[in-house]
Amino acid sequence: MAGELMPGQKRITGGSVLADVALVGWFVFSLFPILWMLLLSLKTSAEQTSTYFRFSPTLENFAIVLSDRGTALTSVDFKEALLSSVLNCGGAVLVSLVIGIPAAYAAGRWKYRGSNDLMFTILSFRFAPELMVIVPLFVIYNQLGLFDTNVGLIWVLQLVTMPLVVWILRSYFEDMPAELEQAALLDGYTRRRAFVMVALPLVRPGIAAAALLAFIFAWNNYVFPLILTGSENQTVTVAISKFLGGGGQAYYNLTAAAAIIGALPPLLLALTIQRYLVRGLSFGAVKA
Amino acid sequence: MTTTAPGRQRSAPAGADGASPAPSVPAWRRRLRPYVLSVPALLITIGILYPFALGAYYALLNYAAVRPVPEFVGLQNFQSVLTDPLFWTSVRVTAVYAVAATLVETVLGIGIALLLNRSSLIGRIFERVLILPLMIAPVIAGVVWRLMFNPQFGVLNYVLGLGSTFNWLSTDTALWSVILVDVWIFTPFVAILVLAGIRSLPKEPFEASDVDGASWFYMFRRLMLPMMWPYILVAVIFRFMDSLKIFDHVYVLTAGGPGSSTRTLQIGAYEDSIINLNYSLGSTYMFLLWALVFVTARYLVSVLGKAQRRAAGSEN
Repeated sequence: MAGELMPGQKRITGGSVLADVALVGWFVFSLFPILWMLLLSLKTSAEQTSTYFRFSPTLENFAIVLSDRGTALTSVDFKEALLSSVLNCGGAVLVSLVIGIPAAYAAGRWKYRGSNDLMFTILSFRFAPELMVIVPLFVIYNQLGLFDTNVGLIWVLQLVTMPLVVWILRSYFEDMPAELEQAALLDGYTRRRAFVMVALPLVRPGIAAAALLAFIFAWNNYVFPLILTGSENQTVTVAISKFLGGGGQAYYNLTAAAAIIGALPPLLLALTIQRYLVRGLSFGAVKA
Repeated sequence: MTTTAPGRQRSAPAGADGASPAPSVPAWRRRLRPYVLSVPALLITIGILYPFALGAYYALLNYAAVRPVPEFVGLQNFQSVLTDPLFWTSVRVTAVYAVAATLVETVLGIGIALLLNRSSLIGRIFERVLILPLMIAPVIAGVVWRLMFNPQFGVLNYVLGLGSTFNWLSTDTALWSVILVDVWIFTPFVAILVLAGIRSLPKEPFEASDVDGASWFYMFRRLMLPMMWPYILVAVIFRFMDSLKIFDHVYVLTAGGPGSSTRTLQIGAYEDSIINLNYSLGSTYMFLLWALVFVTARYLVSVLGKAQRRAAGSEN
């Protein structure tokens, strides 16, 4: 038993069987809702309220959700929401990268006065209660005509994407030895060229991980688009929540299909950056 | 490799890169460099701080949609909020939610990490799918669980054999049900952080105490836990702070109800400011929540700093 704390030890004992059973228990709990959603999304309207696991599967729900028929049935334009999510989240990540990379580089490379203050202020956005900002923005946006616009949503999504990008990349720039750039400078590179040709390529995995993770969290965000957008820029999360909200007949199978489509991009992106997830999720605090 | 550059430490003061062989760039420009690079981020930061400050100011007005020209009322909002039983219900709901969810997720997360660390075949397969619930939007998780919680056609009562009468979202059960969904979403977060922590630990102390015949529990308590403490604390900080401002899946599942049994502070603020359009009242809620989050964060981060220093000391 004692040796099991160390990785790479294989012994089949009563304890290890028990451990596997416990593990299976968690994963049944963890995966069942996803599996159930998948089943529900394949059911016909006639079968949608049945709790059986046997039925005749159909992919029609996905086609309906993504077409005008779905909009007619549920009054939610899901394909518009998908497009809007891609546009706004992509835009928010792009803005965060352009603004965040230089700041992260400065904070990772030099200790300058106010550096920590700026970094911790940016981090505090991640932990601040969203409505503290949304309520005033709701008023300001209505006055400035930014309500339900791309600019307005991309702006407020910086609260989600910028702390991530800046903090993850700062930890990558900190880890990069300064000697490499020094060598490039000695070779006659300008500061700017040394940054672009030497520093940036070295942190490319970090940039990719930070960008994808920021996109995932922007995509999954609910409270900002819920309050600061209307019908024009409604995102996927808001659209899905409306499937259950409306009166009239409920379309649980369509809701499930929409949930699957909406969950797919983050899941696929997360799998591609699995190696960098721990560092990203902990904002660079845990360097795995 | 011939590294000719004198290795400049990262912690050297700004502008101290005297070895920089670009004499065309004057020293004052070099000293200014980090500031110039930070200007865009600073502008965005100010752009976000402005509504924050405005929100704090709203708390001192009687601003509402029905009163478009607000008056300064001082601390009146705080007085009425702090004497409102509904606010204290929200505080209680939020506190129970945050403590219970963080506690359960931490214990389960550590357990799952320990189990996955044994690297059995099942563990290796499961590790790949561990993060799935974490990456799904909490709102989508809320929708999925709402369908499963339904007493009549929801699959939970069917699978668990509870008949069609057990109500997961009644006044008595709703808070625990939304905590259950939180556990479902966020336990993997704790698990992958702790797992990364376990894998970064040095092997020698464990081998040594294994040779000495130490029990599994002794090694866990005396060796692993103290060294892992910083990793666990990072996870706890993230989970506890996020739980204090929880909104997404709770709003989709119950919208704060039934009654006010799941009315967390952010849902309360949403009701006041967005549904009832009383901006000042909502802002007062948020200011109080922000103060709570701020104080908690300061405390937890200082605990983390101490733990990190202690763990660093014990490793050397």
